[in-house]
Amino acid sequence: MEASRYNAGLHRWSILLAFCTLLLVVAGGLVTSRDAGLSVPDWPLSYGKLMPPMEGGILYEHGHRMVATTVGLFTIVSLIWLFRVEKRRWMRWLGVIALLAVIGQGVLGGLTVLYLLPWWISSAHACLAQLFFSTTVAMAIFTSDWWLKGAMPVDEDPRYPIRGLSLAAPLCVLGQLALGAAARHKAIGTIYHICGSPVVTGVVLWVALRILVHYARNRELRLAATTLVAITFSQVFLGIAAYMSRIAYADAVQPMPIMVTFTVLHVAVGALTMACSVALAILVRRNLTAPAVEYSTTRVAAVS
Amino acid sequence: MPALLLAACGSGPQPKSESDVSLPAAHVDAATAGAITGRVLFKGDAPAMPVIDMSSNPQCERQHRTPQKAETVVVNPNGTLKNVFVWIKSGLAPARWPPPATAAKLDQHGCIYEPHVQGIMEGQDLDIVNSDPVNHNVHAECEKNAPWNESQPPRAEHKFKKFVSEEVLFPVTCSVHPWMRAYIGVSPHPFFAVTGDDGTFDLKGVPPGTYTVEAVHEKYGRKEGKLTVAPSGTATIEFVYGS
Repeated sequence: MEASRYNAGLHRWSILLAFCTLLLVVAGGLVTSRDAGLSVPDWPLSYGKLMPPMEGGILYEHGHRMVATTVGLFTIVSLIWLFRVEKRRWMRWLGVIALLAVIGQGVLGGLTVLYLLPWWISSAHACLAQLFFSTTVAMAIFTSDWWLKGAMPVDEDPRYPIRGLSLAAPLCVLGQLALGAAARHKAIGTIYHICGSPVVTGVVLWVALRILVHYARNRELRLAATTLVAITFSQVFLGIAAYMSRIAYADAVQPMPIMVTFTVLHVAVGALTMACSVALAILVRRNLTAPAVEYSTTRVAAVS
Repeated sequence: MPALLLAACGSGPQPKSESDVSLPAAHVDAATAGAITGRVLFKGDAPAMPVIDMSSNPQCERQHRTPQKAETVVVNPNGTLKNVFVWIKSGLAPARWPPPATAAKLDQHGCIYEPHVQGIMEGQDLDIVNSDPVNHNVHAECEKNAPWNESQPPRAEHKFKKFVSEEVLFPVTCSVHPWMRAYIGVSPHPFFAVTGDDGTFDLKGVPPGTYTVEAVHEKYGRKEGKLTVAPSGTATIEFVYGS
């Protein structure tokens, strides 16, 4: 297959899509934290209109729908762009998957409103949001100039295997995000999410430290592992802050700003943790080959 | 698969069975009917209620001359507790009590529900009014009855709703204004009351018998006591809550 050439416009558009998706995650977090999920009872219209009065909780719920619509349109543009300029077939498929995910996400969002926020639809909506964000980040990586220039992969040290282990981090983060979503939608106690925290942090540290100790010569891996550790520690701090603020305002009659702020930041940094762990797993596979695989073959595979 | 998914979503509480309708009509002999009276006391320091921040919707804020406090716990000056739902939980002979012809009313006024707590009979109409110049959504968070969530714009027509199953208490909330919260107790019979500014309650026309009377408060939960109403007599009971 012919190798794709760098397209600056597509890459910038992919970055914009990922950034808007992060804003969408923030907007969704605000809806839940502000208890505004049912402030607009109908869907797909809002109070029977395209643009209802943006007052009280409607501002958050309808604002979330507007950002979601924008992200959906951006994803369609991405897909069209990919089909026009992208030579890598799997990359075009990734665009299709992204579009299906954002459509599914919209349907889940509508269903959870119409069925009065059943925990399993709301939690699925929250988890798919994280997966979609990671997909957009991956698209931004795959369309970048440095990705297309190819890597100089080296053999994985068999004494310190990391290619398989690196997949454990995003899987554990996703599990922890699912527990957080279930707790947020009152299906389970927060204690399960709290108990999951040291497990996920431990796995992330295990992966990151193995890279930093044994594969630090590789700049891409070093940067990704350092970033993941920094984001994860921020996330733990934000989780503690969000929990403490909820305890402090347990008797509040309405969502308090400090609680909303910490909780939404916790949700957003959770999305960044997920995306960063996915990016690290991708970069590990790009830069480290299984010892038995021929160097030249792997390089071609990474570029094509 | 999508059909199964939607079917699962829609499997909420079902209306009462035909057998309930086949119960004999209730009859109270006025010559022997008694009453249950009492009050709900509050011991300890009354918790300070937070002031509601209505700044997210200035039209709500403008309707009040003074800051509004939450009504979660309202301790009256005489040391009694307001907004406690009191009802006969058990002891009545199985019977079908006809709901009153007049509707109970729930008003959204100043972005606050009025009343904060009320009782309603199974099958009785609930007249929901929006007296505010703003949009509200009304979300009945029932579990035994089918829950619903509907918008009610300013000057919209009244909404009339019925609840068919006994359910004490469930919240009614507005997600546009998350501080708005009311509670409704659905009773199969007319022997219920909500404590007011003097913390008392008075259940009239009760047939003679031995009953379990329950008090339910949104924050402090349930308490119950047993009593016997003699023919034409008045039984008294006190409930005590505390912080």
